Amino acid sequence: MKKTILIFLLLSMTFMSVSSAENWTGADQKAEEAIKRISPDYEPWFTPIWEPPSGEIESLLFSLQSAIGAFVVGYIVGRNRASRDAQDD
Amino acid sequence: MHIMEGFLPPAWAGLWFLISLPAIAYGAVKSKKLVENNPRNRALLAVAGGFIFVLSSLKIPSPVTGSTSHPTGTGIATILFGPAVTAFLSSIVLLYQTLLLAHGGLTTLGANTASMGFIGPLAGWGVYRILKDRLSLKATVFIVAVVADWFTYVITSVQIALAFPGESFVKSALTFMGIFALTQIPVAVVEGIFAALLMGYIANLWEDRVSQEVTA
Repeated sequence: MKKTILIFLLLSMTFMSVSSAENWTGADQKAEEAIKRISPDYEPWFTPIWEPPSGEIESLLFSLQSAIGAFVVGYIVGRNRASRDAQDD
Repeated sequence: MHIMEGFLPPAWAGLWFLISLPAIAYGAVKSKKLVENNPRNRALLAVAGGFIFVLSSLKIPSPVTGSTSHPTGTGIATILFGPAVTAFLSSIVLLYQTLLLAHGGLTTLGANTASMGFIGPLAGWGVYRILKDRLSLKATVFIVAVVADWFTYVITSVQIALAFPGESFVKSALTFMGIFALTQIPVAVVEGIFAALLMGYIANLWEDRVSQEVTA
């Protein structure tokens, strides 16, 4: 697992250093701009019913999503590993 | 990066719901059957879903375009359970992101589930059928995950271009692929590495189940 984290950190660092560092906005935001270029008259006909009040709260909820996923994966893989180890003994 | 709320005209939004809803429904029924047939499948389903949760929450910078995008995490579910179950699992994640993060949208949920949950994984599934007995498990998982991830964003580009063709559909599709599909290349490779590593663990722990279920 340490190796995985290391690989990930190395990769993201290389990514960010070799690039001509733009502002790292989301690709969806760029697509939104492109849509407005192609169809300047288009108005979104529906808006999100709730939006995170700030960028901080948005990243909190994104982290929560990762945490839920990581907990489930870790719990189940760990539980199965433990039960297999117990059988081996 | 999913299609934003309200950014598909109603007709297109509806059409994509027509495509993804049957896949979600069939996937839900199939998941239920898998668990009834063997309660241990519940654990594998949860791991596959959990992996989608983690991966699709990571916004990864892509040096190709200088913007960020997130992986889909659908490779594991695709290999273990096929595209329909993946559509069902993806729709849960997409609903979370829509309601709590204003990421994606309720009106575009059909289109986003179609690309991330069904058509992308379908491409990965096709590649999986071809590679299955020819490469090692980890190499196969890597390639399938990369394909499922990358193809998702090709479809996203096509979906937007169909709704906003401008002067010509092809030109518009290339514009959006220049944004989504290009950004996604390094992100998909990162996803492939993670998927291969996790599948290594899973295969180790569920030897019997994985070899059986992989043909599901």
